[in-house]
Amino acid sequence: MTTAGIETTVKPPEPHGESDGNNWRKYFSFSTDHKVIGIQYLVTSFLFYLIGGLLAEGVRVELATPDPDFVDPQLYNGLFTVHATVMIFLWIVPGTAGFANYVIPLAIGAKDMAFPRLNAVGFWLIPPGGILLLSSFFVGAPGAGWTSYPPLSVVGDKAGQLLWILSVLVLGTSSILGAINFLSTILKMRIPDMELNDMPLFCWAMLAASALILVSTPVLAGALILLCFDLMAGTPFFNPMAGGDPVVYQHMFWFYSHPAVYIMILPVFGMISEIIPVHARKPIFGYQAIAYSSLAISFLGLIVWAHHMFTSGTPGWLRMFFMIATMAIAVPTGIKVFSWVATIWGGKLRLNSAMLFAIGFVSMFLVGGLSGVMLASVPFDIHVHDTYFIVAHLHYVLFGGSVFGIYAAVYHWFPKMTGRMMNEFWGKVHFFLTFFGFNLCFLPMHWLGLQGMPRRVAQYNPEFATVNMVCTVGSFILAISTLPFLFNAIWSWIAGPKASANPWRALTLEWQTSSPPPVENFIEEPVLWSGPYEYGIDTLSDRQSVDELLTEVKGEV
Amino acid sequence: MQGSAIETSQTTLDMQHGHGHAGGHHEAHPDHRIFGIVLFLIAESMIFLGLFAAYLTFRAVSPEWPPEGTPEMELLLPGINTIILISSSFVMNQGNAAIKKNNVGGLRAWFGATALMGVVFLCGQLYEYFHTGFGLTDNIFTSTFYVLTGFHGLHVCFGLMLILAVMWRSLKADRYSSASHFGPEAAELYWHFVDVVWIVLFLILYLL
Repeated sequence: MTTAGIETTVKPPEPHGESDGNNWRKYFSFSTDHKVIGIQYLVTSFLFYLIGGLLAEGVRVELATPDPDFVDPQLYNGLFTVHATVMIFLWIVPGTAGFANYVIPLAIGAKDMAFPRLNAVGFWLIPPGGILLLSSFFVGAPGAGWTSYPPLSVVGDKAGQLLWILSVLVLGTSSILGAINFLSTILKMRIPDMELNDMPLFCWAMLAASALILVSTPVLAGALILLCFDLMAGTPFFNPMAGGDPVVYQHMFWFYSHPAVYIMILPVFGMISEIIPVHARKPIFGYQAIAYSSLAISFLGLIVWAHHMFTSGTPGWLRMFFMIATMAIAVPTGIKVFSWVATIWGGKLRLNSAMLFAIGFVSMFLVGGLSGVMLASVPFDIHVHDTYFIVAHLHYVLFGGSVFGIYAAVYHWFPKMTGRMMNEFWGKVHFFLTFFGFNLCFLPMHWLGLQGMPRRVAQYNPEFATVNMVCTVGSFILAISTLPFLFNAIWSWIAGPKASANPWRALTLEWQTSSPPPVENFIEEPVLWSGPYEYGIDTLSDRQSVDELLTEVKGEV
Repeated sequence: MQGSAIETSQTTLDMQHGHGHAGGHHEAHPDHRIFGIVLFLIAESMIFLGLFAAYLTFRAVSPEWPPEGTPEMELLLPGINTIILISSSFVMNQGNAAIKKNNVGGLRAWFGATALMGVVFLCGQLYEYFHTGFGLTDNIFTSTFYVLTGFHGLHVCFGLMLILAVMWRSLKADRYSSASHFGPEAAELYWHFVDVVWIVLFLILYLL
């Protein structure tokens, strides 16, 4: 059945031809189709990624020389504050939500999300949130860092800080609405044959990430409400002069913002667990280990927040607890990395752009993960706290991790979303430029941090000038690396070679329908005829029963 | 709008007569709204938990509680208010019991009584605000007092609006029936939640 067929059975076509399934206008409407919303999320968040990238270039140009000569130091504070907020709340969180929106209903054989209209509301909160945040540059951008610790955040420009608070509240609400939808969809909308342990691992990852969003984001909202009162009404919540306690803000803030790291990385773990087995043509190693380690990460992620506060006067016993709990997270994370490597091991690799970015993700995330274990150790953390070591670590996790993973997912699911293939040559150019630029930009920062260069300061000791110049050159290469991607994506969307329903010969349900899928996803009810990762034999040319497939897969492993 | 099938399913959700769909592609969108409401209330309770934790921490690190110069808290009025709010949950439950027996009049009457009790609670709260003898920014206790009770009061207002919306919608014949009463059920869940939050709040703010 075509889109047109469905439309006409329900209501007469509207003047502007809703009957055209590829009508671009639908992307600007309050559509309730999860696929339209998914693309809305992805395109919007990518635009914000470009804006956040420009802000980052502003920071790097300023740091190219030791003196604050490019922008005013106050504006510099605004640049890095808004850069971080954009990248977190307007790029990675909604970007991964975009993929989840598009892929999850398809992957579990559902026609849509559990609450389609709520889904649309969730998306349409993003543009106002972003505009609020960016408009703060007109009234004096917030300069207290994305952490907005009081008292720093309540002594500066009130208007900019207030806009920051409102924007994060709006974006947090959007995130919570999304989480409610993902949890309901994954738990309640699977096709009847699909048990929890038959789900693609991306669903497990979104389950864990959404649970985290649901319980942690509201606490940030609570902190921001109190901060807003301090800022606007002069209440003493975080003002020690009047009996308040600024450390309470830090606790509430990190109760969200540490889990936020997992909110940003768990979905990407899930995507990588989808991409690697498809392109390695091998069953995933340790399905249940990967699935349950996501849940373990999300539980442990909730009880480690104070490792961000080792220098905030936390008592010794608390430090010990948070140090041990933080190091324990390396176990479920290590299980995942081990499983991905074991999946690649001995596989028949297709080294296309998706796979390159996936492997790039595993290696770069490993660096970020290892420096994370270093930082979990209290004495080391106190030594490098608020230095460039932290900046290096967090970019290896969020860029080397999340952004590499998102790129891998774009190359992987682009044919499904648009019905067209991306250009492999330019995809590889994109990968190598990104990989090189990223490491050139962020690897030297480890050294800068160990030498004691503080973060968030426009001016620095001239002895760091050369290395900072290297970082700035790296950041330019990184900026340039998005151009081949951008042109490749736009060009392929318009005129790329047509994609078949299942160009990667994948086994998960989203590949059982046409590319792009029709309005209600599946023309015929999808059939769960194998597990999600039973590769290893040419399943499409053979007509074998699932049992035979399974025995052969086992025989080959 | 694109999602044509979704629109149809939404209308079926609203009517909820489950009239046998012509099968195949257009069966009703499955209804998981109560589950969604429960998830939403989990998120809501985390805001309150965060604020309660902040309050208890302020209290724990403060050398004297309430800080010197805070007027004595009156317990009688908030006590009565608490009893009213807790009883209103039981009253509201009668409304849902009525609609499960297809008694729309009963639903309206019991929900009306609940709304009235909610209004009395809010008025009592306002009366208290005008007679506490302290202001929002006087000290850390008074600030947390107003923000916590005020934030809860906003939730009571919202619950009240839900109740009134259900009563308004029940005027349309066949809107709610024993087979279809998502609206009243959701409003009741929310009201119970607001109620439980108040009990905790009353315990830590007034009694502790």
